[in-house]
Amino acid sequence: MAEEKEMVSIYIMGKQYRVPYGVTIMKAMEYAGYRFIRGCGCRGGFCGACGTVYRKPGDFRLKVGLACQTVVEDGMHLTQIPFYPANKATYNLEELTPTLATLLRHYPEMTRCLGCNSCTRICPQELQVMDYMAAAQRGDIAKAAHMSFDCLMCGLCASRCPAEIVQYNVALLARRLYGRHVAPRAEHLARRVEEIKAGKFDAEIERLMKMDRLELQKLYDARDIEP
Amino acid sequence: MYTPEMLESIKIVEQTRPRRLKESFPRLTPEEKDRLLRSFHPDHMPDAQRPVRVGPNKGDKMPHEHVDLLESRSVLDPDTFPLDRVDYDVDVLVIGGGGAGTSAALMAQEAGASVLLATKLRHGDANTMMAQGGIQAADKENDSPAIHYLDVMGGGGFSNIPELVAALVLDAPLCIQWLESLGCMFSKFPDGTMNTIHGGGTSRKRMHFAHDYTGAEIMRTLRDEARNRGIPVLEFSPAVELLTDEHGQCAGAVLFNLETQQYLVVRARTVIIATGGCGRLHIGGFPTTNHYGATADGLVMAYRAGAKLIFLEATQFHPTGVAFPEQILGQLVTEKVRGLGAQLVNAAGEQFVYPLETRDAVSSAIIRECKERGKGITTPSGRQGVWLDSPMIDIIHGKGTIERELPAMVRQYRRFNIDMTQHPILVYPTLHYQNGGILINERAETGVPNLYVAGEASGGVHGRNRLMGNSLLDIIVFGRRAGTNAAARAKTVQLGRLTLDHVRRFHEELAREGLLGQRTAPILLPDYRGRIV
Repeated sequence: MAEEKEMVSIYIMGKQYRVPYGVTIMKAMEYAGYRFIRGCGCRGGFCGACGTVYRKPGDFRLKVGLACQTVVEDGMHLTQIPFYPANKATYNLEELTPTLATLLRHYPEMTRCLGCNSCTRICPQELQVMDYMAAAQRGDIAKAAHMSFDCLMCGLCASRCPAEIVQYNVALLARRLYGRHVAPRAEHLARRVEEIKAGKFDAEIERLMKMDRLELQKLYDARDIEP
Repeated sequence: MYTPEMLESIKIVEQTRPRRLKESFPRLTPEEKDRLLRSFHPDHMPDAQRPVRVGPNKGDKMPHEHVDLLESRSVLDPDTFPLDRVDYDVDVLVIGGGGAGTSAALMAQEAGASVLLATKLRHGDANTMMAQGGIQAADKENDSPAIHYLDVMGGGGFSNIPELVAALVLDAPLCIQWLESLGCMFSKFPDGTMNTIHGGGTSRKRMHFAHDYTGAEIMRTLRDEARNRGIPVLEFSPAVELLTDEHGQCAGAVLFNLETQQYLVVRARTVIIATGGCGRLHIGGFPTTNHYGATADGLVMAYRAGAKLIFLEATQFHPTGVAFPEQILGQLVTEKVRGLGAQLVNAAGEQFVYPLETRDAVSSAIIRECKERGKGITTPSGRQGVWLDSPMIDIIHGKGTIERELPAMVRQYRRFNIDMTQHPILVYPTLHYQNGGILINERAETGVPNLYVAGEASGGVHGRNRLMGNSLLDIIVFGRRAGTNAAARAKTVQLGRLTLDHVRRFHEELAREGLLGQRTAPILLPDYRGRIV
């Protein structure tokens, strides 16, 4: 029951606001009077729009979180990083091979990696960013793809990288290469597409389209359900 | 960090679990389902809806939140807004940068059309990015588009438009193949066979997925491809009004740059509305799974231009929205959790509904369990919920299944010190999907010449209730159809003068009904300032 809510102080780009204890940074900023244009997307931890960095007094450590998923702490000094310039290569996936050479051709700056782990430390999804970049540098497309899969492309890693690499774009290329050129094609899918193009199901669908509600209901109720 | 009381409640769930693992709750008969929906579904609550008094659907009942928007005036003054300077002139204007809009843009460009994609926030900020569970397609041996057709029809209450369902199920395998060829990392077996599971209301395991980031995987792939192909994208530039010419054809749109507060005039031979859903209208006062920009803009603009709407009285509530912790209230807990075997359990530790009934039925059952039967669990802030017994998944499928198949869910709860592999999670229905929308035909055309709609903003394909996995399918199928067809049509379109005549006529109709007030629409973004939502 929320009668007298406990309040805490947060500092939005240096300016102090009193906000209710226990709310997320996003909701605290709105409570304080902000109406987001940048820095707010899905509000559910999936889109990477609300990457936020913060520090607390007496602690030099830089912390990070998604504003929509991170609860405010008393004394939090925060700012959002809604955008960071990022090098994105242009490519035609069809023409590429899933190799180290492909990654290097599009993102040659990959080789400047210092192994400093700043990217891993800043990732709000707690991904092993440096490790997937290491896999990429070995040409292990599959590993880079799988390890980076939960990446939201929020851009915080790129903002911290002293070698000016955009890790999430390298990872995206690795994933697309994997999906297109490494993972085996689904044979059953290709067969079904051909069957449909040949009109195998047209007659049956047309019959169903003409049925009235009662007929459809009977068929529907009689469906056998795959266990 | 569950409270001590909640941990006590969880103990009861754990006690009944061994028995429940062998238990299967009976499915509802059609009569039981009908009674359940009529008594407990939020759509059927008295005073939830009223008839709209102007426009093509005059007299039709819909939720107040929709009617309020449809009976509002434009943000533009049709008598004074200058249309002499045209900022962009294209074959195809796509309004909305989610899965449907991006698919449309790709296909339109492939067909040789000049394309402009305008979106409210960033390219990819859409409900597509958050879709978790999967995308349906009948591509397995034991399945066929005809069986998929039946599932869709039954799920929709048999009100679905047959041509739209036929298009959906016949295009489905091709759309999956298209995504596969673009490099989408669908979860597969080592030989390449797609890993597919059940969703609510399906009779075959045809839900394709990419862990539980299916929508994100599709969205970032499509977005990357659009960028590679150099498709012009205007971010932070929502449309606020369509343009028509003196013959009543759609002729483009007026965009509003949210950051510079400037208007832009786009002349376009065809327009594709792909503006998505309406969750941020908080229909019925419910929290929502939707993204920040889901404010039904496309419905308002199309309605003023003369497009008919359908099935807006049927709102989809997702049965399992987060009920605790409060910080992430209303966020989605994917149906896949139930698809993998987790049961819904009340305060007495008992099941009360078959977990994979259609969403309207499960939502109503949860509401009944809490409101009428008093068997919900109450959170510290006074909200109600029921348990979703997630630990059952690892027991059924082996340790590590939850971590592997539901990484987004695990991460979401771990941020708040809840381990869903060890403890059940608390859920309650949340506003999720707009079942209806702007009526289209199988070519994604509306009744307004040159105006197309694809995705959640459209209506007819899902009838009164969408099945899980058919929304991600809808956006690809009809996004592609809209893009291809709009590009073809653009070749023969002859546009007249750009006007806002349709807005003037709409204002006149509002005035005649005594409804011309100060409230404007579209609202573009919800306003949460000064409060905690």
